[in-house]
Amino acid sequence: MSHDKKQAQLDEILAASGVDVRKCMRCGKCTATCPAFDEMEYHPHQFVYMVEKGQIDKLAASPSIWQCLSCFACMERCPRQVEPAKLIEAVRLSVIRAKGANHLKPEEIPALLDADLPQQAITSAFRKYSK
Amino acid sequence: MKFSYYPGCTLKTKAKDLDRYARAACEALGVDLAELPEWQCCGAVYTMAKDEIASKLSSVRALASARDLGTDLVTLCSACHNVIKQVNNDMRTNADIALRANNYLKLDTPYTGETNVLHFLEMLRDRVGFDALKAKVTNPLTGRKIGAYYGCLLLRPSKVMAMDDAENPTIIEDFIRAIGATPVVYGMRNECCGGYVTLENKGSAKKRSSAVLESAKSKGADTVVTACPLCLYNLKKNGGTDGVDVVYFTELLAEALGVK
Repeated sequence: MSHDKKQAQLDEILAASGVDVRKCMRCGKCTATCPAFDEMEYHPHQFVYMVEKGQIDKLAASPSIWQCLSCFACMERCPRQVEPAKLIEAVRLSVIRAKGANHLKPEEIPALLDADLPQQAITSAFRKYSK
Repeated sequence: MKFSYYPGCTLKTKAKDLDRYARAACEALGVDLAELPEWQCCGAVYTMAKDEIASKLSSVRALASARDLGTDLVTLCSACHNVIKQVNNDMRTNADIALRANNYLKLDTPYTGETNVLHFLEMLRDRVGFDALKAKVTNPLTGRKIGAYYGCLLLRPSKVMAMDDAENPTIIEDFIRAIGATPVVYGMRNECCGGYVTLENKGSAKKRSSAVLESAKSKGADTVVTACPLCLYNLKKNGGTDGVDVVYFTELLAEALGVK
């Protein structure tokens, strides 16, 4: 990707998330409280400084972005109101908004169903993983 | 006491118990819960990105409909509540989102966050009153040890949800006392069950859900109550701790009021 395109992608992520990455003081409280911590290659506090450094490609290619539970714990407990979950969401959107890049496809759903699975789970997953 | 009511899609399908016990309880309490004449799925998760407009429109339609009827809007499913309250906050405080949503919807009167959104529990606490509820209990659940499971969506983000203290909540414990049972406070009551990630990573959802149930069990709970169909699913299906029952809070409410 050209430098201009990379900058445009970064600007879009920052604008869509509304996050000011410079407010982060690297205390790690977001990562300490993240219930999906064990499942992630890059953790919430790393997300913040990777975006600050413009390392979007690495983040976008990481399976970590699909592990966020959207539980709002990191947002609630951040002492500086950085709100890392909003960055994770914006990076994920920058991936799935590209044509053909949906992480969850409708044809995969039947194999994932069981008799008790609530509709809410499927709807949520589509919102988070597909456009 | 009349309210507009937004049930949401799962309460019409896999979570019918959450809905029907709430309706039965409202009849016993003299609360008129009028389902909105038309509503659409809220989308189940709030879209945090500031440039996501289309995914917020179904919530705006429900909110504007309640405003036009001149009523507060009561929600019951934790997820619907979270989405609708957060979208309402956007419409009230984010001029760009409000402008773009209204440009799209072309409502007779633009919507700018006028509706008051109440979770069913807030309606019980703030409008009916837990004391008045207690007075109407005919079948107190004496001796039952019940853990409140708040999960993520009822309380966070607390600035917007404004239902209770996000780290030390009491609303469900007070509800449990009102129906005659004993609340059990445990560490994991406001931590995530694993949510929709059960579709992506079953192992993650299993770890989260069993941590919640083990925490409740370690403090002596025989039952855990929730307001969320996905929490109920994860705790029951992925949690797998024997000896702790997981039910909707409305089921216990109906039981205590003698209308189950």
